[in-house]
Amino acid sequence: VLRMAGYELLSDQGLRLDGRKPDELRQIKTRLGVFGQADGSAYIEQGNTKVLAAVYGPHDMRESRLRPNAEKVVVNCQYSMAVFSTGERKRRPRGDKKSLEMSQHLKQTFEATIKTELYPRSQIDIFVEVLQADGGNYCACVNAATLALVDAGIPLKDYVTACTASLMLGTPLVDISNLEATTGGPELTLAAHPRSGQIVLMEMSHRFHIDHLPEVLDVALEGCKNIYTILDKAVRRHVSNRGASIGWDKE
Amino acid sequence: MTELLLSESEKTFILHGVQQNFRGDGRTRSEIRPIVMETDIVSHTNGSCHLRLANTDILVGVKTELETPLPAHPDRGRIEFFVDCSANASPAFEGRGGDNLAADISRVLARSYASPEILNLKELCILPGKTCWILYVDILVLEVGGNLYDAVSMAVKAALFSTKVPVVTVSTVDGGEPELDLSDDPHKATRISVQNAPVLVSLSRIGNYCVVDSTPEEENCSSASLLFSVTPKGMLTAVKKIGGGSFQQTSIQAAAKQAVSIGVEVNDKLLQKLQQEEEMGRKREKIGFLL
Repeated sequence: VLRMAGYELLSDQGLRLDGRKPDELRQIKTRLGVFGQADGSAYIEQGNTKVLAAVYGPHDMRESRLRPNAEKVVVNCQYSMAVFSTGERKRRPRGDKKSLEMSQHLKQTFEATIKTELYPRSQIDIFVEVLQADGGNYCACVNAATLALVDAGIPLKDYVTACTASLMLGTPLVDISNLEATTGGPELTLAAHPRSGQIVLMEMSHRFHIDHLPEVLDVALEGCKNIYTILDKAVRRHVSNRGASIGWDKE
Repeated sequence: MTELLLSESEKTFILHGVQQNFRGDGRTRSEIRPIVMETDIVSHTNGSCHLRLANTDILVGVKTELETPLPAHPDRGRIEFFVDCSANASPAFEGRGGDNLAADISRVLARSYASPEILNLKELCILPGKTCWILYVDILVLEVGGNLYDAVSMAVKAALFSTKVPVVTVSTVDGGEPELDLSDDPHKATRISVQNAPVLVSLSRIGNYCVVDSTPEEENCSSASLLFSVTPKGMLTAVKKIGGGSFQQTSIQAAAKQAVSIGVEVNDKLLQKLQQEEEMGRKREKIGFLL
């Protein structure tokens, strides 16, 4: 049993602070097509982390700061957190180093996922807004943005899902909440293409012995695949609802 | 906002509709579109509200913090507004693109709430000159579908209504500094009285008439708008003109009358709905963005 400041991060029965088992994801709720004005939009809740994503594009390049690429589409991402999203009120929603780094990570993730060769000299904007931050913010953003891209009808090589994992007294944990991240140990963030198992982004904080890396990586990859199953179901449900309202099932 | 291109015929159609008191969606000049509202949905805040006025989507969070009062007013708390235009609403709001609009909205809100009869800021004082509550009202604009100012003001009023300020007990230690004890109990909280809080009513001038709650197409056709901050008793706490057109004095007076009657009704209905929601208590299922 690991105790920290009165909390039992992993109890005798092997349950975490919120009652989950070590390999259990938080509850995921999704909705596609939240806004009418954006080309694609989605909302996701992973536990208490809530994120809204909007996609605009493909459209022609408006800004001069991003140079048009003759071979591929330019993916422009912005990561922003609502000022009231964290326990301590944030001074600025975006523009600080952390948000800029996250924006770059999102850009990297989606450049590897979108079929960029289909829209040369154009731009796709992906804007994510974190409404409530309770751990796994980047992951929720990636998952929401994937749904928003599907809603926008932009061709993707595969879904990209993201998940965090940690190690607590030899037990790998999946999908870390904020409390576990701040009081516990290392945090591995992974974004992957679930069907092929290709890793698109990997980031780790703190440290653990390299011998443990494979099992934590496995757990994170498994998490990504499980999230993919959930998101895929959500997309199919959304499409069948939309289709039903215009009479697709009446053949 | 995202580019809106209207042809001359479309503009003429809107103009004629307004003249005949029958707008594009069937409303009269004084009617407002449907509003969907839910309070208390953001967990890290003391009060919050998600309001949707047709296609305009606003999320407001109110956080209360303990800080020192201003030297000029040692016996009062403060209220501060911060507006953030999310890039979700329009790519033009990326980075600092929405800062101008956001600053405009927060200034108007600050002016409309500045009047002393609106909020009892003295209730927010804990230790005069040393500690007081500051209400940080943070507004997130998620989608713009016309009539931004009005929607924001309604969401702010609803969020303030739902705000629960923790109870602070002051215990004086002999010879030492008074100690503040913040209650952890979520059920022991004081509320803020929004009985006098205003609501903004913007009237866009199209042709010779003013319309309330304009759609983006109507806003495109209007030369100028007048923004009135109206309290439930029908008092005006702020007036602002937006846009490049000009008004005659008589038009402004007529618009003020129209705005006051609409504002009083909106305030009344808003308070009614907030009380209805409050009465549902624990049985209320929180939906947020999921529906």
